[in-house]
Amino acid sequence: MPLLEIQNVTRRFGAFTAVDNVSIGIEAGEFFTLLGPSGCGKTTLLRTIAGFETPDGGSILLNGEDLADRPPERRPTRMVFQSYALFPHMTVEGNVAFPLQMSNVPSSEIPGKVREALEDVRLTGFGKRYPHELSGGQKQRVAIGRALVTHPKVLLLDEPLAALDAKLREEMQLELINLQKEVGITFVYVTHDQTEALALSHRIAVMNKGRVEQLDEPSKIYGFPRTRFVADFIGHCNIFSGPVKDRDGGLVTLEVPQLGPVRIATESNLALGSAGSLALRPEKIRIQAHAPEGTPDNRYRGTVAELLYMGDVTVYKVATPGGMRVEALLANSQSGRAKFFEVGDAVEVSWPVDAGHFIAE
Amino acid sequence: MSSASVRRSARVGRWLVSGPPLLYLVVFFAVPSLIMVLASFRTPGEFGGLAPFIEDGKLDLNLESYARFFSETIYAAIFLKSVWYALATTLFCLALAYPLAALIARSPKRYRDLLLLLVILPFWSNFLIRVYAWMIILGPNAALARSVNGVLGLFGHEPVPLLFSSFAVLVCLVYVHLPFMVLPLYANLEKHDQALLDAAQDLGANAWQRFWRITFPLSLPGVFAGSALVFIPALGIFAIPDILGGPEDSLIGNVIKQQFLETRDWPFGSVLSIVLTVAALAIAGFAAWVARRNLVTPSSAREASA
Repeated sequence: MPLLEIQNVTRRFGAFTAVDNVSIGIEAGEFFTLLGPSGCGKTTLLRTIAGFETPDGGSILLNGEDLADRPPERRPTRMVFQSYALFPHMTVEGNVAFPLQMSNVPSSEIPGKVREALEDVRLTGFGKRYPHELSGGQKQRVAIGRALVTHPKVLLLDEPLAALDAKLREEMQLELINLQKEVGITFVYVTHDQTEALALSHRIAVMNKGRVEQLDEPSKIYGFPRTRFVADFIGHCNIFSGPVKDRDGGLVTLEVPQLGPVRIATESNLALGSAGSLALRPEKIRIQAHAPEGTPDNRYRGTVAELLYMGDVTVYKVATPGGMRVEALLANSQSGRAKFFEVGDAVEVSWPVDAGHFIAE
Repeated sequence: MSSASVRRSARVGRWLVSGPPLLYLVVFFAVPSLIMVLASFRTPGEFGGLAPFIEDGKLDLNLESYARFFSETIYAAIFLKSVWYALATTLFCLALAYPLAALIARSPKRYRDLLLLLVILPFWSNFLIRVYAWMIILGPNAALARSVNGVLGLFGHEPVPLLFSSFAVLVCLVYVHLPFMVLPLYANLEKHDQALLDAAQDLGANAWQRFWRITFPLSLPGVFAGSALVFIPALGIFAIPDILGGPEDSLIGNVIKQQFLETRDWPFGSVLSIVLTVAALAIAGFAAWVARRNLVTPSSAREASA
């Protein structure tokens, strides 16, 4: 049985349905991420788990117990807020001691537990400081230490790294992974940052318009997006759509208007004529001046319309005669060359039939 | 333009801007205050005012009025009574204004301006008129006095006058000063970050604990500002005891007024004014000192939660 069960939870605000019949089971010790664009309902769902929102339908169970009758202050969950929400009139120690005082821990035990928590988040020696004397990363660590000091069953994190700069964010990501391993507490993490989600999570639920579009391991989410939305939202993705023209064993051919026929290896048995899409990551596409003769792969001619030189890689946008833009990624790893093509160069893009992922519409 | 002339014109600009208010304060505040300080060391004239400054080649400077203040306990007693009234006014205002300010700060944005307008609405009519209105409200034939005495009569109690009593003075003092407490409290409470209360609740604090551990300590700058704005004017007020008080409700403001207008003892009136000013400044300074020592300002609170 999962530790935390979200069963058919719906939350409406007036006519707007923020969370729409969502069911998720989260295992003990799991690092689980709710990922989606702003307004997709992920934060509302997190606040519903914490008890700040009352679901209009469905229930939330922890260890099999329905939490409906428990207000936030009586739930064994703890939340880390995006703004950290540190109490500005209390020192770091005061902040971390606060939940202990609220749960009537004997005052003789508090200093020891506070010290332990500050050690866990690598803030030993900062106890006497006030929040306004800390950097963003330090504030973040206080917020996490404060939430963990009472050893909650579940830690809810609402975009905790969103306010940090890129370098610090990466550091904190590694720290979060280690901390989660160390304390063994279930993390439910909300973010709109797909790379963060991929890097941190055991499993990810991609949310859109209040619904879960796909719930999977990071590599499955990235490699095998089940819907067009997931493919588009997670990383960069070419999406070629058209009616199914031909089906032959494990091979489907789509007639993409701006591109031509596209062959895809798939087990899907979609009827002829119905619409489907190929989701294809830019790094799976080969871009060459001339594709070698005799390749049975998908291959199309075009010209480089735009390029983004990013140092380690270059992103090429290739325009086909039919008017399709194909995004291809090329690592600049070959010695002696910084870049392979310029804008206006005639090129050929190609990919094997199993490079992408077929999505039935 | 050279940088020196830029600096010079900036200096000129600063003087142009700050000159008029400075001049105003010097002429209408600093000079009169100095005159008052000087008057406190002089002898009253035979028919009021001051005795000549130089008579028979001797300067008229003495400490007699100060000696009188410190030797006659009645003035110290009135002074203490005034402090007591001002303190009571401040506490009642605080008790009434805090929930009101909190309510306004938490009401939907579109109602807030209207509610604030209602708070300052009394300022639209004259202060004295509003005080006189209380004469009518508290008068012996008004509904309030009749119903109070009706209830008292049921218990076999003699009727009590509401008007011309310390009760009337205190009620009106609280009424007049209430907006001065509501506004700074509102300004403070309105800035509070809901996330802090959510966090406190998430960490196990019930409503009572959230108020006393989070909201109240963070609102202390507003509490102190409001208290100073109520306490200081309440300490020197004379119109309300004059109009609504009984004979025992004379406060230090009434005595000062009396010294200048009726007794015509300017030096002693000046001494009382100076003691009042020093006391008000000392109390306000003490409050500010306490505030600085124990509090975070709302701005640092915002910074910390941003």
